[in-house]
Amino acid sequence: MAGGRVVKGLHFESLRDAGDPVELAKKYSDEGADELVFLDITASDEGRGTLRELVRDVASVIDIPFTVGGGIGSISDAREILRNGADKVAINTAAVKDPSILTGLMEIFGKQCVVVAIDGKRVPGTDGRNIFGTDAKYWFEVFIYGGKKGTGTDAIWWAGEAARLGAGEVLLTSIDYDGTKNGYDIELTGAVAGSVPVPVVASGGCGGPEHMVDMFKNTDADAALAASIFHYDSHGIRWTKEHLRGTGIPVRL
Amino acid sequence: MVKVAILDYGAGNLFSLKNSLERAGAEVYIVDEPSGCAGYSGVLLPGVGNFDPAVKKIRGKNTIFEDDILGKIPVLGICLGMEMFFESSEEGIEQGLGAIPGKVVVLPSSMKVPHMGWNSLEQSRQGRLLEGVQDNSWAYFVHSYMVKPEDPGVVSASADYGTSIPAVIEKGCIYGTQFHPEKSGPAGRLMLENFLTECSR
Repeated sequence: MAGGRVVKGLHFESLRDAGDPVELAKKYSDEGADELVFLDITASDEGRGTLRELVRDVASVIDIPFTVGGGIGSISDAREILRNGADKVAINTAAVKDPSILTGLMEIFGKQCVVVAIDGKRVPGTDGRNIFGTDAKYWFEVFIYGGKKGTGTDAIWWAGEAARLGAGEVLLTSIDYDGTKNGYDIELTGAVAGSVPVPVVASGGCGGPEHMVDMFKNTDADAALAASIFHYDSHGIRWTKEHLRGTGIPVRL
Repeated sequence: MVKVAILDYGAGNLFSLKNSLERAGAEVYIVDEPSGCAGYSGVLLPGVGNFDPAVKKIRGKNTIFEDDILGKIPVLGICLGMEMFFESSEEGIEQGLGAIPGKVVVLPSSMKVPHMGWNSLEQSRQGRLLEGVQDNSWAYFVHSYMVKPEDPGVVSASADYGTSIPAVIEKGCIYGTQFHPEKSGPAGRLMLENFLTECSR
């Protein structure tokens, strides 16, 4: 979300309007989405809080779990979001700057409420803890402030550390793949999902159900998040889930 | 309109449950003391928190909840709310409410804990809560512990998560779900409606 509207970008930029968040939430819940994730992607960047009333309006029209993130910088921000009906809060920038917020949130709300959102991007070189590539070496760096600022932190290491500190779930977005519709980042997702003891939600790059199938068959990720394919009606949620079931992946229909 | 109370015993997020019950046609009140539950047609124990502080809050200085409510009018315990019906929990040292013989144990260590997500329900007997709910319907779970009733006959549906997890229990007018019906789409909605039907009997 940005400016109170649902938007979708490419590599976190070139935002395009997709509609009213409450209407979309109701529609997706009715069509059989298993969970919804709201990320106020400009909140952290612009330094303002997430819209509390929107959370309340969404919670009033759906009966599936939903996660809210973007600009949550403190325990009181999180409490506000949860009290207004969100099931989980996603923490990104604030957790990188002060990881103890994850422990604080876990102690008060339980780890099931605490999602660490990680935006990872390939960078050349061998500065990370987990190095990929045979000839040209690269690693995955954590980016914050909506993908604008590098941190020097290794994304795979950070996922494990965040889970150890109190996150009950990892929402992993590949900046390289975001908005491309070329499929999920199997390499990044596989590395994170194979090393953390909590559920991993893969995000970024979904262009159709075949990409979800590819991701579920090749990584240990627990869930697939998609945005564009649903926002712009190229694929319905039910149709997508029927396709998944047809390939032997157990889904709720 | 059926009037029900949600007993607020701490950290839980009651907003979604209240909303779901209202959409199902109930008049919903949030009460923060067990003694405040008197006069309603049914009571819900919502599902977030820690075993010891939750059970202490419900027991309070007396046994009003156990004596006057539990077993007397329909009560639906959700997640931790259901776990408290049992005698003890590995999550704490306090005694449970003891309405159902058995204990609460931690989930198998071979699985990701907490268990978070959708899982299908295998029905083992016809229960009132499950009336009209199709076998293998999916429900949304968030939990780290599971119940182990002494009498398996109280379990009306289970979910498979490394082991068989009792998911719906019924004993007289005591009902429990390990999952969150208020987050379980149409199947969950039907179960809440069934509970409200029991409350209005």
